[in-house]
Amino acid sequence: MSFRLSFAPSTDLADEKLGENSENLIEIRALKYSRGHRAIFDGLNLTIRRGEITALMGPSGTGKTTLLRLITRQLIPEEGVIYVDGVDISTLNQSGLYEMRKRFGMLFQNGALLTDLSVFENVAFPLREHTKLSNRLIRHIVLTKLHAVGLRGAADMLPAQLSGGMARRIALARAMVMDPEILIYDEPFVGLDPISLGVIVRLVRRLNDVLGITSIVVSHDVEEISAVADRSFLLSDGKVAASGSPDELRTANSELVRQFMHGMADGPVAFHYQAPGYEEQLLGRDIE
Amino acid sequence: MKQTFLDLRNNLIEFLRTFGAFQLFFLRLLRYSPEILTTRLGLVVKQVHNAGAQSLVIIMVCGLFVGAVLALQAYSNMSKFNAEDWTGVAAAFALVKELGPVMTALLFAGRAGTALTSEIGLMKATDQLSAMEMMAVNPVRRVLVPRFLGGVIAMPFLAAIFSAVGLYGAHLIGVEVFQVDVGSFWQQIQLTVEISDVNEGIIKSIVFGVAASLIAVWEGYNTVPTAEGVGHATTRTVVITAITVLVFDFMITAAMI
Repeated sequence: MSFRLSFAPSTDLADEKLGENSENLIEIRALKYSRGHRAIFDGLNLTIRRGEITALMGPSGTGKTTLLRLITRQLIPEEGVIYVDGVDISTLNQSGLYEMRKRFGMLFQNGALLTDLSVFENVAFPLREHTKLSNRLIRHIVLTKLHAVGLRGAADMLPAQLSGGMARRIALARAMVMDPEILIYDEPFVGLDPISLGVIVRLVRRLNDVLGITSIVVSHDVEEISAVADRSFLLSDGKVAASGSPDELRTANSELVRQFMHGMADGPVAFHYQAPGYEEQLLGRDIE
Repeated sequence: MKQTFLDLRNNLIEFLRTFGAFQLFFLRLLRYSPEILTTRLGLVVKQVHNAGAQSLVIIMVCGLFVGAVLALQAYSNMSKFNAEDWTGVAAAFALVKELGPVMTALLFAGRAGTALTSEIGLMKATDQLSAMEMMAVNPVRRVLVPRFLGGVIAMPFLAAIFSAVGLYGAHLIGVEVFQVDVGSFWQQIQLTVEISDVNEGIIKSIVFGVAASLIAVWEGYNTVPTAEGVGHATTRTVVITAITVLVFDFMITAAMI
């Protein structure tokens, strides 16, 4: 699969009719969102294609997790529209929104397991809430999903007894238990040991291909995400700074892309937060 | 001067906004309550156990000592008028009409209310409520309503147990220590305390149960999702519940006299 690497993705989208291209599952146009006085997104345009694994990357604080929350309407944008499968999600009432969310599975950054339920019950939770399946069938489905993430043996444990990596794998089992059409992963690779990491990376790819779903992955792990993503978006300053296949991003000429993809300290994105001069501060001249 | 006026105005607007949101929140809880009571009774029973059964020890210990203190005070004052037989009546009136419901509500706020607020607050801070939203499960319906109903149902029972154990404490002091005649002690209570007095206590405990549970789940649901935020919300639960209970106590007493 190859894509044209683009550094100005917002201009050629203006005339496109939203929600009518069946290849596009999620379409975001002119999105604006602020937190306090700080603009997180300022006219963001982005399209996620059906059946692909899309990576959202960018320096810390660029709003990747916020974008996921906007796509799933956990947050409401100040301006702009978000279409999911041809539907403007801002027009949905609560029951419509919940019907839409049944098509999503989301893996939260910290797992977000329900702490008063066992691992088994956490994974079974959506099934018990939304279906009338027998206990036997629920058990079968849950054990299958737990087996897929390698934690069938932890079914009786409580979330407090799990390591961070285990909790995230359980959360992944829960996210896919309803066989969603869209799987959203927020930092799925953080805290995993190399073996689990390899398994999860392959699982993300396999789930996408075998089940024909669409995946959105927020990740800082350039190597891992490059191995599975069909297309990547690099977010910076509230907009899409670049998009294309991981290979295209890696060989791009843009300084920002190069800095991010190769993990360089110097570049358009400052490593140090704004501060007075180092020497001046150490010598106390800034408080004189 | 102008700045002070502006601050006052902004504070008033903020208060009215919060109060309005609080009322809408209460209506949301009430809206889902019949459905949860009929279709998810197991969730409510679990919360009655958490809020009620797990508060039993503290309620009984406090009830025993409050009843004992009441009997001590009543006996020492009434013995000046040779009215020792009325020790039980004084303790019974105080317990059934006032101290039973009020003390239970205050203890409930300190034990079960803070537990509710911190549990819901931590669920919010660790994205558990957001995860439910993403699983198309309404957290108000699934998490808050059963906890609210659990508190409302548990409170009258706890208040009744507080009063009953308190009366036993008064009996221990009045009858066993000060040798008040046991027949007179209980007969005076039976003759003097009327069903309307018991009803007043029941009404108060139901109102306090609604208030204390509502404040606890509201504070938890609106916690700033940080460790400090959860701490502040827990403190607010105790303080606001205590003030609300005492204000309502005065209003109900005034209305029923």
